[in-house]
Amino acid sequence: MIVAGVDVGSTATKSILMNENGEIIARGLTNTGANVVKAAERVFNQALKMADVEEWDIAYTVGTGYGRFRVPFGDTQITEISCHAKGAHYLHPKTRTILDIGGQDTKAIKVGPKGEVIDFCMNDKCAAGTGRFLEAAAKVMDITLDDLGVISLKSKKPLRITNVCTVFVESEIISHLAWGKKPEDILSGVHNSISGRSSSLLRRVGVESELTFTGGVSRNIGMVAALKKKLKIKINATEDSQYIGAIGAALFALERASNKSVTA
Amino acid sequence: MKFIGGIDVGSRVTKAVVIDNKRKILGRGTTMTGAYLSQAAETALNKACQIESIKFDDIEYIASTGFGRYQVPFRHIQITDITSNAFGALYIFPKTRCIIDIGAMNARAMKINEEGRVLKFRMNDKCASGAGRFLERVALALELELDEIGSISLGSKNPQTISNICAVLAESEVINLVTKGVDVEDIVQGAHKSISDRIVALLRQVGIENEITLTGGVTKNVGMIKALEEKLEAPLNVSTDSEFAGAIGAALLGIMRLEKKTLAEN
Repeated sequence: MIVAGVDVGSTATKSILMNENGEIIARGLTNTGANVVKAAERVFNQALKMADVEEWDIAYTVGTGYGRFRVPFGDTQITEISCHAKGAHYLHPKTRTILDIGGQDTKAIKVGPKGEVIDFCMNDKCAAGTGRFLEAAAKVMDITLDDLGVISLKSKKPLRITNVCTVFVESEIISHLAWGKKPEDILSGVHNSISGRSSSLLRRVGVESELTFTGGVSRNIGMVAALKKKLKIKINATEDSQYIGAIGAALFALERASNKSVTA
Repeated sequence: MKFIGGIDVGSRVTKAVVIDNKRKILGRGTTMTGAYLSQAAETALNKACQIESIKFDDIEYIASTGFGRYQVPFRHIQITDITSNAFGALYIFPKTRCIIDIGAMNARAMKINEEGRVLKFRMNDKCASGAGRFLERVALALELELDEIGSISLGSKNPQTISNICAVLAESEVINLVTKGVDVEDIVQGAHKSISDRIVALLRQVGIENEITLTGGVTKNVGMIKALEEKLEAPLNVSTDSEFAGAIGAALLGIMRLEKKTLAEN
């Protein structure tokens, strides 16, 4: 039996195929773009191709993420909060706190020993502290999003970014550049700014070890380093961290599919 | 005759005026601020001098204001934006009691008395949501010029509510609305309404009293004026000098300082 989880995020859409043993057999990743439905289909087909299976081989599909209701082939939808908790617990069973930094929002989730959600809080009102903040920095500095973290790690004298608003930070970066400040010092400041915002969000639910970092920004090693420095605890971040929402969705799909086969 | 210069180094545009000791405006000049603030201040003041062929060196006293006021090396005095704005607004519209100042990076609401003294003020400089930058981002997302979005918004029949407050997130929202086929004028009108809601909330905090004068770069936007007037249900004082209110106020305070100095020296 194969099940699927599709996580339609504001910036990236992720998919996971899982077998009945809960093993990941395929992954898919695409930019969400303007057409959410197409993105979901694209990423689903990617995973099907990778696993060399057909659509009818999928027993159950769970959609999650902000665009979850637009996944046309989804059997059900589950909030990204529950999916992240489930996925994080699956990959890192000792997870008690999750920080999810996505393209347009940031969430802090507190989870119990079984991966159940105890509390959460989020910022989706303002781009400060989200992936969009990093995107804006990358754009004004003419650096790719993937290089930001690596460059920031070279900094010896991080600058302090004083503005909170992403729009104002863009201007602040431009003026730092005009004054001849080093890109790595500016970027280190940018990463520190996000980790500062993240840690205040985390404190609202309570930070408890282990912390699992999820969402697209977890791929950024500069961000992982800045968080470690700020929070001084172990941070789980792996290649699969970005897929944790989709993994959680696939795990829910597996539960539902098993129940379905039992009742049938 | 003495010449006094007032320079308002704003985050987007630098404005300058030259006035004489009878408090008559002789020239106005503007330039984009950019990254080199002292250069922008010099350019703007030079432009203001050119109108009446005044030599830069003949300017006896220079007062600077705005966020970049400390970066004007040839200034004699620097004055806070709030004070200079209040004096400038009162000079342009003598019955002013409330001022709304919407610049590129911040929005302020002030209440003043008949002498131009600031009684109360509130501002948002933490976030671009209620400032000119919000409009800039919306214009950019719609591939429109900042100068034209105001007049475009006037054509709207069904304003589209913009639900995001954050300028960055609103930009994505605007792009999605375009993809959905919502008319551009309705989106732009929605953006103007969103800002006017936030500004009026700011003004309520200081207490609304007539007459209300609008200052700052947003005064050039007819759509913004209309949206604010509709929300306030009151007319706003706006003139071509409104953008220069800060620079005018700085120059006026410069004269006062100069007169005091001369009096003390004699």
